[in-house]
Amino acid sequence: MLEAFPSQALFGGILIGISAALLLAFNGRIAGISGILYNLLFNPLSGAERGWRIAFLVGLVAGGYFMLPVDFELRQGYSQWLLIASGLAVGIGTRIGNGCTSGHGVCGVGLMAGRSVVATVTFMATGIITVTILRQFIG
Amino acid sequence: MQRIIIALISGLIFGAGLVISEMVNPTKVQDFLDLFGNWDSSLAFVMGGAVAVTLVTSRFILKRKTPIFAERFYMAVKTSIDARLVVGASLFGLGWGLSGYCPGPGILNAMINPSEALVFLPALIIGGWIGQRYSA
Repeated sequence: MLEAFPSQALFGGILIGISAALLLAFNGRIAGISGILYNLLFNPLSGAERGWRIAFLVGLVAGGYFMLPVDFELRQGYSQWLLIASGLAVGIGTRIGNGCTSGHGVCGVGLMAGRSVVATVTFMATGIITVTILRQFIG
Repeated sequence: MQRIIIALISGLIFGAGLVISEMVNPTKVQDFLDLFGNWDSSLAFVMGGAVAVTLVTSRFILKRKTPIFAERFYMAVKTSIDARLVVGASLFGLGWGLSGYCPGPGILNAMINPSEALVFLPALIIGGWIGQRYSA
């Protein structure tokens, strides 16, 4: 059983938590990726407001880059329609729900914000329902 | 400048965490959401590990009047649980299940599996733009 313990998952998760804690402690900001992205793309921002968001996203990509290559097999031939539908639903949903896995799931739940707890329980539930339908009844 | 450097470091750690934890593997994310099928529980440790850290640290951080390099904490102003929140989160979960991508891993897959990310990311941005029109 010992080798089955997902130590990499736990370590990666702890890193994500530390990242969110740093941003909150030093900058007073929530490490919510969808919010950071949409504010940059859709809202007129001052230089300083723009700067830290760009820096975070550059860091995100660079931090991932340093850990490459990945040791899992890349998915091939997945339905383009599912990818498009997924992107649209994630985009609309995270914008009108004000957050995604990071903002609500990691930061908001950590702050014990009621909205984030409700959002997290909700997106976990609909995610589970979606995959169940996709795999049991369609795929 | 200090704040830019902190944001850069925070992003670096976050991005490394997403790859190390394998959150960037959409098949593994779908396996994690496949609770009634062939469930892979390991990603529960990603959320668990991350939330354990934020639960503990947030208590200490918010004891300060202000953040170390900023004049105030920029927390969400909304506290009400409304239909918009539940509908939004439901749609997000639906989309997350359909592909296995949430926004962060979607962005990182531009360099891991670009053939998928270059379809998912434009749709994500269009979706965000549509959502924006129905917000505010």
